[in-house]
Amino acid sequence: MNNLRPMHTVDQIGVQERVKRLKARSIKQKSKLHALTLTLSMIDLTTLEGRDSPSKVRQLCYKATHLHEKFPGIPHVAAVCVYAPMIKVAKEALRGSSVKVAAVATAFPSGMATLETKLAEVNQAVQDGTDEVDMVISRGRLLSGEHDYVAEEIARVKELCGQAHLKVILETGELVTLDNVRAASYLAMRAGANFIKTSTGKVQPAATPEVTLVMMQAIRDYHHESGRRVGLKPAGGISKAKQAIQYLVMLRETLGQAWLTPDLFRFGASSLANDVLMQIVKQSTGIYQSPNYFSID
Amino acid sequence: MSDKETTLDFDTDWSYSPAPQSSTEVKLRDRYNLFIGGKYQPSQTKDYLEIINPATEEKLSEVPQAGAADIQSAVEAAREAYTHTWSPMPAADRGKLIFRIARMIQERAREIAVIETMDGGKPIRESRDVDVPLAAAHFFYYAGWADKLDYAFPGRSAQPIGVAAQIIPWNFPLLMAAWKLAPALAAGNTLVLKPAETTPLTAMVLAEIVREAGIPPGVVNIVTGGGETGQILVRHPDVDKIAFTGSTAVGKEIMRTLAGSTKRYTLELGGKAANIIFADAALDQAVEGIIDSIFFNQGHVCCAGSRLFVQESVYAEVIKKLQERMEMLIVGNPLDKNTDIGAINSREQLERIQAFVEIGKQEGGEVYQSKCNLPDNGFWHAPTLFSNVSQSHRVVQEEIFGPVLAVQTFRTVDEVIEKANNTPYGLSGGVWTDKGAKIFKVTREIRAGVIWANTFNKFDPTSPFGGYKESGMGREGGVEGLMPYVRLDG
Repeated sequence: MNNLRPMHTVDQIGVQERVKRLKARSIKQKSKLHALTLTLSMIDLTTLEGRDSPSKVRQLCYKATHLHEKFPGIPHVAAVCVYAPMIKVAKEALRGSSVKVAAVATAFPSGMATLETKLAEVNQAVQDGTDEVDMVISRGRLLSGEHDYVAEEIARVKELCGQAHLKVILETGELVTLDNVRAASYLAMRAGANFIKTSTGKVQPAATPEVTLVMMQAIRDYHHESGRRVGLKPAGGISKAKQAIQYLVMLRETLGQAWLTPDLFRFGASSLANDVLMQIVKQSTGIYQSPNYFSID
Repeated sequence: MSDKETTLDFDTDWSYSPAPQSSTEVKLRDRYNLFIGGKYQPSQTKDYLEIINPATEEKLSEVPQAGAADIQSAVEAAREAYTHTWSPMPAADRGKLIFRIARMIQERAREIAVIETMDGGKPIRESRDVDVPLAAAHFFYYAGWADKLDYAFPGRSAQPIGVAAQIIPWNFPLLMAAWKLAPALAAGNTLVLKPAETTPLTAMVLAEIVREAGIPPGVVNIVTGGGETGQILVRHPDVDKIAFTGSTAVGKEIMRTLAGSTKRYTLELGGKAANIIFADAALDQAVEGIIDSIFFNQGHVCCAGSRLFVQESVYAEVIKKLQERMEMLIVGNPLDKNTDIGAINSREQLERIQAFVEIGKQEGGEVYQSKCNLPDNGFWHAPTLFSNVSQSHRVVQEEIFGPVLAVQTFRTVDEVIEKANNTPYGLSGGVWTDKGAKIFKVTREIRAGVIWANTFNKFDPTSPFGGYKESGMGREGGVEGLMPYVRLDG
């Protein structure tokens, strides 16, 4: 990498203005239905709680594959996202479907463990058959300027992943500035990330449109630089269909057609799916139904 | 950049369904009359101008082409109201009435925005979010000055100057009317306003508002017509002040006409603003700002950043980003809430823009246009970018007043300052850099009335606006905007 020009900066006010403009897009009728369906297919249905149990994970997997059977043609979600000890349970429950299993690893959510411990955890997760690994980076190291450490951490995890897709969680809520978000995005992409992901969901703020837009722009610039397409996963805080559509508008107008697919864009969310379902039913029938008609797990 | 050229595809499977703003509540009359002395009067010329929607070419209404006799009665009404009603009125009462105009514009905001868009072709997003709220803000701001003129000019006594003739352009019809009316009324003057030939309809709504607000008859008179009507108005012997916004050519003509007279005048004329991107700028946001500065209102903006200077080390990257961004501009029905770029204001203007693009190509400029589908009816022009041009190209020198950007490169700060100033105009400018020191140096040395740093097209009634050199004289907005409408004694 002999490009000596420093990576260009990000102007926060400019980002906010752009986001405001994109949020104002009016998505109605057919285009709304299309967006809602697309959203469903991009969801990583998530449960990341200390109290998770095998039966809870099984329920979640059932929901992932049977979203709302009264309405034919509704896609299933992209993946189920769980803690590493639940991988086998989820794999078993999802057998025969194309819903993927994603597991968080590397001392999620804090990332506070030695590299050896993290690598052992990733290794186990891959052995257990996870399709996707969602790792967290060492934010403390990044903020104190140890970029090489973080890059190596990601590269080593990537090595162990083998066929499994690697999503790198930047935890943007701890990165302080949008400049840091852009830098961390680049660092993760250059170190081999398949996806970059905003947040663990355990730190506030989690995903915001501003942070997500900056990451999209980094993905676009990196694509032009390397030819590689890196995916994006905003996670945490996206619980309404309307928000999801706003993210898709940003995606469409920043990265275009190639990224409008679950292969390159995911929502990390637990309650988003039901709101989207409710909107889909409303678009089709013209009336809002009670939330009680949609099973919560 | 990678070895293989990478392009993004914005022609996506998922596109936005039409989301038109409803226009059913807007009731336009088949014909409007002149607003003189608080009454609607037919023109004595019996000639009418057809007003069309530039996005569809359908007729919306018609307005009179005012002649000398109409101007005479309008100026007489204004003089009468000046002498007997408006200038003697307690300033606090004048202020109250101007506040009322502001509030009534807000109350009818949606209706006015729709009419502005139908009449002028600008996207509803802009008329709704920019034109109408800013127009109301100007009335609010100057209403506040009405009884505080002694504080605006401490130690002096500010007196009104009499009858003002105000001629406004077609690019921001209501907003320009507000810029003209608000300070004139606040200072105690009466006026005759002539909206542009192609876009008089929101001025007709303004006439209704003025009447309903209780502004006394004759204080505000609105006469419609073309250039000839404007000439008669400028030449009228009982007009004390001319306020004109429009082209530099017409501005020069007005100066010639007024030579030797005691009439005061302010002129807000053309521009060919330089927008400068330094290599250290936040490039994505800079590109967004460039897009906004040249394609806002189809480029029909006197302060549009129509000359872009990019520092050479980031030139390729900026051009790529600009082209990508241009592909995402939604061109089409101005009433659709998702439209970014609406219709060109008139056939005449469209032909002028097309002629310039042709000239640019013949002069060897490299042209890039976004691949948008333009509607069949109406007047449309695709967003256009010229590269490989220099200061000696006509597309760089002359004001095109359309969605056409000319891009050049530079190496040093001094070089770009020299090039930015190398124009007869000096209305606005923009600087994009992460370094504060550079902002101070460049903005101090560029001769232009307003220069934005890391942003563009920010307007506020408290901030004066106006040009250097052939971009005009006098300021509108802020305390400075009162100056042309007062006589300072003591």
